[in-house]
Amino acid sequence: MPDLEDLYREIILDHYRNPRNRGELDTPPAVRAEGFNPLCGDEVIIYVQVADGVIEDIKFGGQGCSISQASSSMMSAAVKGRTVEELQQFNHAFRSMMSIEPDPDDPAPTNGNSADVKLGDLEALKGVVKFPVRIKCATLSWHTLTQAVEEAQATS
Amino acid sequence: MALDTAAVRADFPIMCREVHGRRLVYLDSAATSHKPRPVIDAVTDYYERFNSNVHRGSYQLAVEATEALEEARRKVANFIGADQDSEIVFAKNATEAINLVARTWGRTNLGPGDPVVITELEHHANIVPWHMLAAEQGIELRWIPIRSDGHLDLTDLDRLLDGARLLSVAAVSNVLGTINPIRQLADAAHDAGALMMVDASQYTPHLPTDVKEMGADFVAFTGHKMCGPTGIGVLWAKPELLEAMPPFLGGGEMILNVTKEGFSTAAVPWKFEAGTPPIAEAVGLGAAVDYLTGLGMEQVREHEVALTGYALRTLNQRYGDDITIHGPTEPAERGGVLSFEYKGIHPHDVAQVLDRSGVCVRAGHHCAKPLMRVLGCSATSRASMYVYNDESDVDALADALADADAFFIE
Repeated sequence: MPDLEDLYREIILDHYRNPRNRGELDTPPAVRAEGFNPLCGDEVIIYVQVADGVIEDIKFGGQGCSISQASSSMMSAAVKGRTVEELQQFNHAFRSMMSIEPDPDDPAPTNGNSADVKLGDLEALKGVVKFPVRIKCATLSWHTLTQAVEEAQATS
Repeated sequence: MALDTAAVRADFPIMCREVHGRRLVYLDSAATSHKPRPVIDAVTDYYERFNSNVHRGSYQLAVEATEALEEARRKVANFIGADQDSEIVFAKNATEAINLVARTWGRTNLGPGDPVVITELEHHANIVPWHMLAAEQGIELRWIPIRSDGHLDLTDLDRLLDGARLLSVAAVSNVLGTINPIRQLADAAHDAGALMMVDASQYTPHLPTDVKEMGADFVAFTGHKMCGPTGIGVLWAKPELLEAMPPFLGGGEMILNVTKEGFSTAAVPWKFEAGTPPIAEAVGLGAAVDYLTGLGMEQVREHEVALTGYALRTLNQRYGDDITIHGPTEPAERGGVLSFEYKGIHPHDVAQVLDRSGVCVRAGHHCAKPLMRVLGCSATSRASMYVYNDESDVDALADALADADAFFIE
């Protein structure tokens, strides 16, 4: 069995105990999207405010395990202030780190190579791959953010 | 006489295996039970000696396979106190058995505004089929609430049952362990002119089942939670109801005659068993029933009451306010299902840490999301016990729980 220390790295536990960007944003101007993990009942709520192709602000809420909460926190810190294009590169890089095939429904990065993206803190989630049941915990917030950003762009 | 758990464990081959170098501490029998050697042998024996299709071969093998299937039906009928074998319909699982009632009896007898009453502690299997009928036929779904002690709140029962056509209730909650007052509910349903269905999935494996004492009209349960194989479940119903109900799925086995113009149905119970049935699985279920009968269902229940009492005492003494165990506090009022929250650590993380010590518990909503909402949480950890568990398993759970602190408590 892989070590639990691979899963519960200190940086993950730090984001879990001290989540960044937890909260709500006013809708509108922000949009709100909900994601569910039907297997375990985890819920994540993402608020995102997009203007001129830039993620100006992001907050998250909901209930979930340390992996899903830490993933939401790290994601929010990574994408805040970035462009939607950069978000797509992050999303692809993250999914590939999680050993997930590209989702045909996800927009492909329009420029740049997702392999060049520096995931920073998010790299700590690499150990999740050794615990396949938990991959969905890590990816739920990304799915939900993608959904929220698509909605924000459709309504803008 | 008390169960000899050491002897029982020796009957279950899987108990020999290790997980992460530790002995297997299996506390997830509410999800599925393990299988004793006689059940595994019965399934193997079926395939090795008399595998063939049933009800239509004229050769010896087919005669034997048919007899084995019908013998399994007879064993199940005896096990639950049914009068006749034909009251036993084999289904894929309890979910399919409940859907069978919703799709056949429900579609024929329920219309717009007809109330079906369920409870807040139901498994999704006894919620979603009625939501589907509400969407398709406009039935009204009513909910019996639960109290904070995990028991049903029956204060408004008469009002909820007023005009109701069906009351459908789990005999034992798969989350709280609560044993519901089925006979009282069945009598109240009948007084109100409603039929009574019992989801006995968590009851029949653990307590002596008598469908007549329950006062039910329909009883559904599944084989794999009672030492049987997966893929076989049971619907018991009163004969006059089965006679009047239209068939469920259409195909071979369930017909008497088929022409270009139409078809006529086979007799009950085959009318409801379209296609080649799960023969090996039924044979395995028959062996499971024999095995449980050999242990004695009174003894099984006594064992679980004692072990549940030990688990409640051990966890509460050791962890006090750091642990919240949902459901009734009295072992006699509950089954061996313990849903708990530990120090606010998410159940997924608790289950992950326990796994390292070979301790298998479930984490999540346990297919009871409306109940989770009532409990005010999105998930719980759940330890559930059966005939092969003993105090050492409870001790292993209690020991391993403290390991979570290292990661999640600052």
